[in-house]
Amino acid sequence: MVHVTMEVNSRQATAEIDPRTLLVQFLRENLRLTGTHIGCDTSQCGACVVHVDGEAIKSCTALAASCEGASVTTIEGLAKDGKLHPMQQAFQDNHGLQCGFCTPGMIMAAIDLVNREGPNLDEATIRHGLEGNICRCTGYHNIVKAVMQGAREMAATTTAKAAE
Amino acid sequence: MSATGIGASVKRKEDIRFITGKGHYLDDINRPGQAYAYFLRSPHAHATIDRIDTAEARKSPGVVAIFAGDDIAADKVGGLICGWMIHSKDGSPMKAGAHPALAQGKVRYVGDHVAVVIADTYARARDAAEKIEVSYSELPAVIDLARAAAPAQAQLHDAAPNNTIFNWHIGDKAATDAAFASAAHVTKLDLVNNRLIPNAMEPRSAIGDYDAGTDTLTLYTTSQNPHVARLVLSAFVGLAPEHKFRVIAPDVGGGFGSKIFIYAEETVCAWASKKIDRPVKWTAERTESFLSDAHGRDHVTHAELALDAQGKITGLRAHTIANLGAYMSTFSSFVPTYAYAPLLSGQYDIPNIYCEVDAVYTNTAPVDAYRGAGRPEAAFLVERIVEIAARETGRDPAELRRINFVKAFPHQTPVLMAYDTGDFGGALDKALELADYKGASRRKAESAAKGKLRGIGISAYIEACGVAPSQAVGMLGGGVGLWESAEVRVNPIGTVEVLTGCHSHGQGNETTYAQLVSSRLGIPIENVSVVHGDTDKVQFGMGTYGSRSGAVGMSALSKALDKVEAKAKKVAGHVLEASEGDIEFKEGKFTVKGTDKSIDFGSVALNAYTAHKFNGQELEPGLKEGAFWDPTNFTFPAGVHICELEIDPETGVVTIDRWTAVDDFGKLINPMIVEGQVHGGIAQGVGQALLEGARYNEDGQLVTASYMDYCMPRADNLPSFKVETIETPCPSNPLGLKGCGEAGAIAAPPAVINAITDALGHEDVAMPATPQVVWRAAQKTATKRAAE
Repeated sequence: MVHVTMEVNSRQATAEIDPRTLLVQFLRENLRLTGTHIGCDTSQCGACVVHVDGEAIKSCTALAASCEGASVTTIEGLAKDGKLHPMQQAFQDNHGLQCGFCTPGMIMAAIDLVNREGPNLDEATIRHGLEGNICRCTGYHNIVKAVMQGAREMAATTTAKAAE
Repeated sequence: MSATGIGASVKRKEDIRFITGKGHYLDDINRPGQAYAYFLRSPHAHATIDRIDTAEARKSPGVVAIFAGDDIAADKVGGLICGWMIHSKDGSPMKAGAHPALAQGKVRYVGDHVAVVIADTYARARDAAEKIEVSYSELPAVIDLARAAAPAQAQLHDAAPNNTIFNWHIGDKAATDAAFASAAHVTKLDLVNNRLIPNAMEPRSAIGDYDAGTDTLTLYTTSQNPHVARLVLSAFVGLAPEHKFRVIAPDVGGGFGSKIFIYAEETVCAWASKKIDRPVKWTAERTESFLSDAHGRDHVTHAELALDAQGKITGLRAHTIANLGAYMSTFSSFVPTYAYAPLLSGQYDIPNIYCEVDAVYTNTAPVDAYRGAGRPEAAFLVERIVEIAARETGRDPAELRRINFVKAFPHQTPVLMAYDTGDFGGALDKALELADYKGASRRKAESAAKGKLRGIGISAYIEACGVAPSQAVGMLGGGVGLWESAEVRVNPIGTVEVLTGCHSHGQGNETTYAQLVSSRLGIPIENVSVVHGDTDKVQFGMGTYGSRSGAVGMSALSKALDKVEAKAKKVAGHVLEASEGDIEFKEGKFTVKGTDKSIDFGSVALNAYTAHKFNGQELEPGLKEGAFWDPTNFTFPAGVHICELEIDPETGVVTIDRWTAVDDFGKLINPMIVEGQVHGGIAQGVGQALLEGARYNEDGQLVTASYMDYCMPRADNLPSFKVETIETPCPSNPLGLKGCGEAGAIAAPPAVINAITDALGHEDVAMPATPQVVWRAAQKTATKRAAE
């Protein structure tokens, strides 16, 4: 067993774990944060995307022990004070989800895309940027619309905060 | 139309839990004290099992139990069944081999279930399984479906000589042959409908949870139809009687047909839980999903189309070999028969049709319904051969379709179906205009100037949804009725729970059903909850597949709401001291005709429960009504999809440039959700046409068993879609709904292949039309193009 400590959604999380425990297993089984999903086991589908130290990773390919001391954000950590993150809201507004299974990973990947590429995303950039996340339900049409809206509103939120 | 009623694009109620990570998918659920199952699967396509030695594995840390086929046989656990009886043309019943949940003496495909290891963690169960020693004697594998029934092939099941399950037919052979004898033109086509792997993003999962205290078995399962699962596992497999057996299908992460069926894994988890008196959980790894989820399609077909000199279609005949895999899955026999051949008339008035279907066993995973189920295979055949006939006879493909469209309704086809309504010409006109069909030749020239080949492909599909009525289902061999149930429970303060036998796994039923209730009862949509997926809560139902949760499920709900309204009027009459016949109900208010005396729905509900204003012996207290709805006919969604694409002849890469869809789904409850269903269907259809193909090598190894090898449609493979509708209300249900869930997957493949073949100038392009396939095809016409 190894000892691991990390910050998950702004809370300290500590556990003794089997060294082969993956980050996604640690989140789901130890912390019961089941919003992060396992869709493929081979880092192909993106259902398990979370942010580690501000960057998107596929949590099925990281050992929990390798995230010692890291700051992790999962889908459960996005909404603040009962208010949805703009990207979450955009997915609902644009019907960017159907069964919802890929959605947490898709939202986490989309936020990372905006963080990397800025808020003015064209369709080709979004489609290329989400290439690592598989959705079987939506045909991506409404996901693309959602990410466009989410990107704009993330920028607006940032601007509003700066004005404060 | 109110902001939340029928016809409004209401944002989905269920989304909040999914976008915040608070959904409850099966793998999110754990039961106290649960153990974990790992299935040891066959590495061989076809072999006898000579010996299974579990001695070392049993000593492995954490192991609770190991079971194999003999254990399940000793407990007299029944085999898995196929619930649809098909008779061959000689009148004999289909020849089905046994389908045990754990292999007994023989394995028949790679991934077949040999043993289950149950341990205190999943990792330990898996570790222990590596220590099981199985001695196999390999047998020759039957992989190629076209040769499966040939002499001297290995035999999968003693019960099915020549690996043949049935030779079925439909239509009038003599009349059809006569039509061909007098035809002015005959178009012939050989086609393969490629084998697909459904790939719902949530892998299948199950927890068996036996409670010895009450002798009750609970099965949590990723199911589209939990009541059917309970019925089969109770009545046929014999795990527990229905009143001692609860099946729960919580949030399910996509199904597309693959979660209709009753699988070995959930059967074993439920049985083993009782055996070891401990909950047993299993969740598929993705490769297990590839190996053991029921696959889809997999037909080889020869088809011929007869036309007269004016281009009028006079006959269609087809011979199809359908691969059902190594065992008959739950509805496998239905898919290549009644879900397929009755759609071979397409949108056309074809006087003579004859179709033969041979269903064969092969050493591959079972094949069953996948989004569209039979109807995509029919549409692919019809829309390819009609397109080719147009090209061969020098007619515009749109015009050949138009002159052959069914124009008067009802229309009885020669293959069972009675189309009730539609406007095929109207959909075509609208689609051609939206797609700027007239401008296609200009755009082709522009592409050619860039060294690219542009093609345009039409697909005018029809499908049959809401399989019904139950009497007809029974006559055709179905083992179940295909009605649906709904119960409306009005609470004393006027909020409502709807209990439905349909199941939502992406369709948005929690929103659309609430919209209907909100419309009918005039209450806010927030005051309606939709309950589904639990046999202890919902009395019975047939589940969701075949685009039935609207046309059939909401019809049941509508009927139950009629009863609620009728009862509420009685209560309102007593409260308002008027006769029941004088009460009008509108926008949530009961009013005495011609007066301003009224009472709102919530107050009527309260009065129904306090029962102070009426005699409880004459009128029962309470407000709760249920209904079963059995449709009088199938519904017939239809439409026209047009795909326009560009091919780089140097690389074979296909880029879809524009997609236009005009669908007729009858009335719409929520246009936003309908469009989403169409988008998703198109994506799966484009996947079939361009990217997806399950491949077994000659030894029966599945070489496409991960997302590295099986090409799923990703965001950058697809364009945005132009999706519109026309509306001819369905006359056979109270809401006029036809269903929209499968349309895109049915329409898309022929649209794509018609576009590619249009661009290339010849017809020999197989699905999936990968860059390699397209590049090779482009070479065949390269010289011709160079000469031009």
